[in-house]
Amino acid sequence: MSTHDLTIPIAAPARPWRERLGTLIPILVLAPSLAASFVYVFVFAAWTLYLSVSTSSLLPSYGFAGLDNYMSLWANRRWNIAYTNLFFFSGFYILGSMAVGLLLAILIDQRVRGEAVWRTIFLYPLAVSFIVTGTVWSWLYNPADGIQALVRGLGWSSFNFALTSDRNLAIYAIIITGVWQSSGFAMALFLAGLRSVDPDLIKAAQIDGASTFRTYRRVILPTIAPIFLAVAVIQIQFAIKTFDLVAALTRGGPGVSTTFPAIYVYDLMFQRGQIGEGAAAAVMMLAALAVVLVPYSLWVVWRRRRESGHG
Amino acid sequence: MADTAIALPFDAEAAAASRRHFWSRFAIYGLLALFAVIYLVPLLVVVLNSFREQEEIARNGLISLPQSFRLNAWSDAWGTYCIAGTCEGMKRNFLNSLWMTIPATILSTLLGAINGYVLSKWRFRGSEVLFTCMLLGVFMPGQIALMPWAFVLGKLGLTNSTYGLILVHVIQGISFTTLFCRNYYVGIPDDLIKAARIDGAGFWRIFRKIILPLSPPILIVTVIWQFTGIWNEYLFGVVFTSGQQQPITAALVALTASGTTARSYDVMSAAVLIGALPPLLIYLFGGKYFVRGLTQGAIK
Amino acid sequence: MTNQSALTIRNLQKSYGAVEVLRGINLEAQPGEFVALVGPSGCGKSTLLAMIAGLESVTSGEIRIGDRLVNSVPPKDRDIAMVFQSYALYPTMTVRENITFGMESRGVPKAEQAEAVKRVSALLQIEPLLNRKPGQLSGGQRQRVAMGRALVRDPKLFLFDEPLSNLDAKLRVDMRTEIKKLHNRVGKTTIYVTHDQVEAMTLASRIAVMHQGSVQQFDAAQTIYSRPANMFVAGFMGSPAMNFIPAELTGVAGQPSVTVRTATGGTATLPLAQPAPANAPKQVVLGVRPEHIYRFSDDLGQRKPGIAAMDAPVELVEPTGAETLAVLKFGDLEVTGRFDPDSAPRMGETMTLGIDMARACLFDPTTKTLL
Repeated sequence: MSTHDLTIPIAAPARPWRERLGTLIPILVLAPSLAASFVYVFVFAAWTLYLSVSTSSLLPSYGFAGLDNYMSLWANRRWNIAYTNLFFFSGFYILGSMAVGLLLAILIDQRVRGEAVWRTIFLYPLAVSFIVTGTVWSWLYNPADGIQALVRGLGWSSFNFALTSDRNLAIYAIIITGVWQSSGFAMALFLAGLRSVDPDLIKAAQIDGASTFRTYRRVILPTIAPIFLAVAVIQIQFAIKTFDLVAALTRGGPGVSTTFPAIYVYDLMFQRGQIGEGAAAAVMMLAALAVVLVPYSLWVVWRRRRESGHG
Repeated sequence: MADTAIALPFDAEAAAASRRHFWSRFAIYGLLALFAVIYLVPLLVVVLNSFREQEEIARNGLISLPQSFRLNAWSDAWGTYCIAGTCEGMKRNFLNSLWMTIPATILSTLLGAINGYVLSKWRFRGSEVLFTCMLLGVFMPGQIALMPWAFVLGKLGLTNSTYGLILVHVIQGISFTTLFCRNYYVGIPDDLIKAARIDGAGFWRIFRKIILPLSPPILIVTVIWQFTGIWNEYLFGVVFTSGQQQPITAALVALTASGTTARSYDVMSAAVLIGALPPLLIYLFGGKYFVRGLTQGAIK
Repeated sequence: MTNQSALTIRNLQKSYGAVEVLRGINLEAQPGEFVALVGPSGCGKSTLLAMIAGLESVTSGEIRIGDRLVNSVPPKDRDIAMVFQSYALYPTMTVRENITFGMESRGVPKAEQAEAVKRVSALLQIEPLLNRKPGQLSGGQRQRVAMGRALVRDPKLFLFDEPLSNLDAKLRVDMRTEIKKLHNRVGKTTIYVTHDQVEAMTLASRIAVMHQGSVQQFDAAQTIYSRPANMFVAGFMGSPAMNFIPAELTGVAGQPSVTVRTATGGTATLPLAQPAPANAPKQVVLGVRPEHIYRFSDDLGQRKPGIAAMDAPVELVEPTGAETLAVLKFGDLEVTGRFDPDSAPRMGETMTLGIDMARACLFDPTTKTLL
């Protein structure tokens, strides 16, 4: 026993630093990514925030201008158009893609043959860039070569479908294309939700004599209500960030009629050399995202807590 | 068997039900087919037009059955078509996109896997908070980072270079890849790690021998997600590069905008397809993982 | 000193921030001994095991394996092996690779590894499974492989963390027997965590019953069952649980006894087999296990000393085949008795019970401890 006792004090001091290194490895490994993300998320956001209250114009400069940039932003007619467009677009885009997505999901959920083929067809636009989608649809909307020409060629010579060349209608072209591109996404999420509903619940509803329609409306859809919210929140995010689609489809035109906040930021920063005001517009975009995402995240966390509290 | 079935008394209710069944099936497939046409027509139009002659397109419109078949448009779009004065087609931009997307995808996926491993299996005080901070990167709009990036890339001498775009995409992508991998690794039982520690394996050995062999499903999802995302990205491409250095998305916009008078739909169709092909192929071959990535990224 | 403990735990504490999970644990295991840690979920038994393994850090106190203080020794250097509840078999490796993974980590020569695999797989009869992946094994087979992985280390200490709780009832009994046989054959010191008191009773020579982060009683299995240190241990060990009957200490004609309420509103006096200690309060709790309640007969009183008789109505009868459980009314209280099917009561009957007072326990109702 006494010989054993002697060995312990000798071995003991050697361990701590090796052990400490052991516990440090994970932190050391994580550190570079953390630092980069930290800079990207916090430093960059703060930087742009600072630019938005600076006197920057063609080049960044760091004189303090107070809220001047925000004042001139909100006084600008084009910004006015941009955020009005955003609201208008968001509403139709979200409702449209959710409605189409839900319809497709329910159709596919009826034990149809070739489910994989249908799904592949409805989802492929998601793999393709907004640039490609926007470009192709801009051709289809072209009155001389696209859909209008086709229908007129079939004999209906007064048919009018020239959305992209009409200031008041161009926004609908963007909505239609947006819905076309992303209803497959809503479909995928809804389908995943429908498949996660407890089959016993559906059997119980059938035994209770509910029709398919009633089963969906009263039993299945209410249980997947959180998915509706998730889809809506993600679509709003897409909408706020919308840039590529408009850039390829209408380039903000005709005139400035399809300007969106993201387009506006890009234009002011890189085309007009008004960095300060562009930064202010970018900050407004971030604020819009925060308005949507912060309450949603809090709600998700709250719900998860409540569920784990009960479980 | 058949005889007894015929001999059964006629059941009006059953017959009505089977008729209803037939019509509801008919409606379901009819609707699906209608939507399938709406989804497929734009793709079909581009594919067909890329093989038609421009004169024929001009005569019959974009949407009509092809009467000619030639491959010139494809070779023009690839190698000789003029965009804003330079006549080298899309080849250069296609390769730019490739050399940007592949390294950025690999790097961000690897970092994401390691970060996810640390954040799920080697938690330390405050690691959850750090994870949440990293997550914020998922929601950041690119616009907010444009000026800072322009400054940083300028300082590093990476303006108008593929390397600059790689850097941007890796750092922007870390949030996504870390989120994906972490959420997947959380599902791997902690007991495995404990058992391996008792077996004498350390941080890296556990990663290599236990975590990585379990990772293919999530790595495929992450690679597909990152590849399509980076390939399709436009904003950073158009802001930080120009001309010869542009990725294909930015070049496509420049190409379709440059058609001043007569639009050559044949070449542009081929160019659009060249730009869409890599993500489309990935989607066709890895569709299952693509959808999984979508739903995972969304639910979280 | 020749009788060196295989494991000694002194004053061990564990807290996460302000939450105290373990409060001053003292335990030891003799070489070759099988010790079970048992308690309800959340009692800290798994944390204690993880600390012995080195997977959780020690807040204060000490853990010695043999005579070596291991508080800050990493798990791999503690000379232990562990079987997990989920088995924790590496899913991408074959059974053989699972078994050799640890040896590979320690750089054991290939030939020696092969030899060890041979020895262990013969012992556990898993030779035909060596090239399969864990996903292709049944629950019982996985269990064996997990034990094989532990055995191959030839460790000083075996740790089991609820190894049977993922198996179905029948397999659990089989594997229990097998673990016992295995322990008899290899004779390694074993610490076994379970929430199942039957498992603890059947396997262990000594049991530590844990509750709310401290050891309630650490004793031989039979002692824990027959002389539980407090009402928690008494209630936790044994199924159906021990009956707790409020009673009053009385002395009738020099004969120490307790008085309990009967269903008719009166009282019954039950003579005690041995007098209560002098410091006992007047109000006590009488603890009677269901199997110590019999149907009274004259010869029973002669066969067993210390039988006390009383009447009680039978409210409910639950035959299980081998035995019949009956719910009896003592005042407002429901008391469970366990009867031989031959002498089982009928529902509604008022029967005369013989209570084995020699095996009954008395508890202090305020401190909940055994008197």
